[in-house]
Amino acid sequence: MSKLPPLVALVGNPNSGKSALFNALTGARQKIGNYPGVTVERKIGRWNLADGSIAELADLPGAYSLTPDSLDEQVTRNVVLGQQTGQRRPDALVVVVDAANLDNHLRFTLELIEMGLPVIVALNMFDLAQRDGLSIDPDILSAELGVPVVATVAVRKRGLDTLSQAVAKILAQPHILLKILEAPLEANRGALTKQAHHIAKKAVISETATRQWTRILDGILLHPVAGVFFLFAILFIMFQAVFAWSEAPIGWIESGFALLSDQVSAVTPDNWVRSLINDGIIAGVGAVVVFLPQILILFLFILLLESTGYMTRAAFVMDRMMAAVGLSGHSFIPLLSSFACAIPGIMATRTIMDQKDRLTTILIAPLMTCSARLPVYTVIIGAFIPEQFIGPGIGLKGFVLFGLYVLGIVGAMVAALIIRRSVAKGASGSFLIEMPRYQLPRLRDILLGLWQRAYLFLRRAGTIIFVSTIILWALLSFPKAPEGSGMTQADYSIAGRIAEGVEVVVRPIGFNKEIALALIPAMAAREVAVSALATTYAIDDNGDEDAVAKSLGERLSSKWSLATALAFLAWFVFAPQCISTIAVTRRETNGWKWPIFMVTYLFAMAYAAAGITYWTAVAFGLG
Amino acid sequence: MQLDQLPLGQSARVGAVNWHAIPSVEAHRLRSLGLEEGVLVEALHRGILFFRDPMAVRVGRMTIALRSKVAAAITCSVIEA
Repeated sequence: MSKLPPLVALVGNPNSGKSALFNALTGARQKIGNYPGVTVERKIGRWNLADGSIAELADLPGAYSLTPDSLDEQVTRNVVLGQQTGQRRPDALVVVVDAANLDNHLRFTLELIEMGLPVIVALNMFDLAQRDGLSIDPDILSAELGVPVVATVAVRKRGLDTLSQAVAKILAQPHILLKILEAPLEANRGALTKQAHHIAKKAVISETATRQWTRILDGILLHPVAGVFFLFAILFIMFQAVFAWSEAPIGWIESGFALLSDQVSAVTPDNWVRSLINDGIIAGVGAVVVFLPQILILFLFILLLESTGYMTRAAFVMDRMMAAVGLSGHSFIPLLSSFACAIPGIMATRTIMDQKDRLTTILIAPLMTCSARLPVYTVIIGAFIPEQFIGPGIGLKGFVLFGLYVLGIVGAMVAALIIRRSVAKGASGSFLIEMPRYQLPRLRDILLGLWQRAYLFLRRAGTIIFVSTIILWALLSFPKAPEGSGMTQADYSIAGRIAEGVEVVVRPIGFNKEIALALIPAMAAREVAVSALATTYAIDDNGDEDAVAKSLGERLSSKWSLATALAFLAWFVFAPQCISTIAVTRRETNGWKWPIFMVTYLFAMAYAAAGITYWTAVAFGLG
Repeated sequence: MQLDQLPLGQSARVGAVNWHAIPSVEAHRLRSLGLEEGVLVEALHRGILFFRDPMAVRVGRMTIALRSKVAAAITCSVIEA
C-alpha cells in the first residue's frame, strides 16, 4: 500500500480569506464533494510544497470556535478532532487569521494551538491591515503564540512560498501528540479571550486611524433609503442581464447543435439510429445546454455579490422585510442562491442559527426561480410574448420574466408567513452577522467558481438529462403507429398511453397531452420539460419536411393557445419538479416528513396557480 | 444607556450584558464575534426605510449587524470624544 500524502487543514474564522488562500495554494487542482451524511461542502486540493513533496490540503468550513453553533462549525470541529467520518485527522493545521482582526481571530487560534496538533499561522490580508493603518510584527506574534507565523496576501500570492517552506519543515519533523485530542472547555473561553487581546496588543506595533473605504461605501449601501434602491437596482440589472447578455452565445450554441445534426444526417442512414441521435440526443440535450450562458450569468452575479462582501449588506437591507414574514436577513443569502439552484441554496441554510427559520427557508427555497426553470420560461416567453418595448431598454419579454420571478417570491413570502405561523411556529428569528470589509473580486476566483458551476451543469446534461432523453425517445418511438391508423406517433407510443392517465388530472388546468408527457421526465430536472417537448414534437413531425425545420418555439406557438402557455408558466413557478431538491431536503431535515410536506404543498400551489391562470385567460378569450 | 439607543457615530464601552435575555445560540455567536463585556463599540447604521431595525455596530475592528431587541440587552457607557 502506498503511503498517503500528509493532510494539512486550512482552519479559520469566516471572512479570514481562507478560501482565497486555498485557491491560491491549490490552483485548479481541487476536488469538491460532500462529507458523508452531511451536506457540508468538502474541498480537497493538492499542494506542491517547497521541498518537492506533496500534501493534501483541506479547506474546512469557516468557524468562530471549537464549540459549534452551526452544522459548518460542527464539521470543522470534528475534522480537527479526527472524529469526522470519511476524513482522516490532519497532520498539521494552517490557521488563517485576518491580520486586521487579530483581537477576534486569535482566540480561535489559541483554541486550536491548545489541541496539540502542529500549527502554522497564516497572517492573511496583511496588505489590507497595513492600508487600515495597522502595523503588525509577525515575529512578536510568533514568539507569543509559540508557533510559526507567516504574513500572507492570498489574493496577490504573497508569502505563499514562505508558508509552503514552513509547512514542509513542520511536516518533516516527527510529531508526537502529547495529549488525547478533545475540545476545549467553554469555561476557558474568558481566559482565552483575555489572552488573545493581550497578544494582539503586543503584536500590533502601531495603529493609526484611517478613513476606510468600507465606511464610505456602507454610508451609501446601508442607507435607509438609498440602500434599498441600490439592492433592487442590482437585482433588476441581474435579471435583465440574464436575458440580454445571453442572446449571442445562445445563438452560437444553437447553430453548433444544428450543424452537428446536419452532419449526423449526412453520415447515417435514415433509420432509427438517426432518429435516436437527432430527435433524441441532439434535440434533447441541445435544448438544455443552450441555457448554459444564462446560468453562468446568474452565477457570475451571485459570485460577484459574495466576493465583494456586498451579500451580507443585502442581508442587512432585507432583514426587516424578511422579519415581516417571520424570517430574517440570514435567509436572504440562501434564497438568493436558490435563484441559481435550490440545492446550494438549501445547503446554505445551515448557517442559519434559528432552527425554525432554517426549516422555513428550506421549505420555501424551491419557490425561488432556479436556473433550471429558465429554459422552460425562455422557450414559452420566446414563443408567445411579442417583441415589444414597454420603456427605454425594458423589453416586454424581460418584463414578463421579471414578473415570473416576482410571482415566485410573493408565493414564497406567503408560504413563509403561513409556515411560520403553523408547522414551524416559534419565537421570531434572530439576525446576527459579521459584515466583512469590501474587497475587489479576484478574476481568478470568479472564473474558478464559474467553471465549477459550468462543469456541474454540463455533467447533469450529460448524465440525468442525457439518459432521461434517451428513455423518453424510446418510449415515444415504440411501438410504431401503423400506417393509416389516424393516430400520431406520440399518441400511439407507450409514453402517449402513460400521458393519457396524467392528462385526465391536468386537463382542467388547460394542459394537453404533450405537456402531461413532458411533466413526467421533468421530475428528474425541470429543464427536461423543454427537451421532452422538443423530442415529442420532433418525433411527431417526422416526415413532414416543413415542420422539421421549425424551432421548438415555432412549433409550440402553432399548437398551444396563449391560455395554455400562461398556465404552463404558472405551473412551473410553483411545481417541485426536481428529485435532487427533494433528496437534499430529506438529508437536511433528517427524514421524509418535511420533503413530503414540501412536495404536497408545492404541487397544490402549482395546480391552483395554473388553474386560476388558465380559467382567467380563457374568460378573457385567450383560450 | 442600552446599545440600541446609542446615537449613530457615538463610541461607547460595553458594561454589562444581560445574557439571559438573549437566546443561548445567539449569545454564543455574539461572544464569538467579540461583542462582550469591556469592548469598545460604535453605532454605525440603523434601520431600513422607516424601521429602526436592524443596526450595524463596530466592535473592535469588525462590523457586525444585529437586531435592536438583542442590542437592548447590552448596556454601554458613552465615551466622550
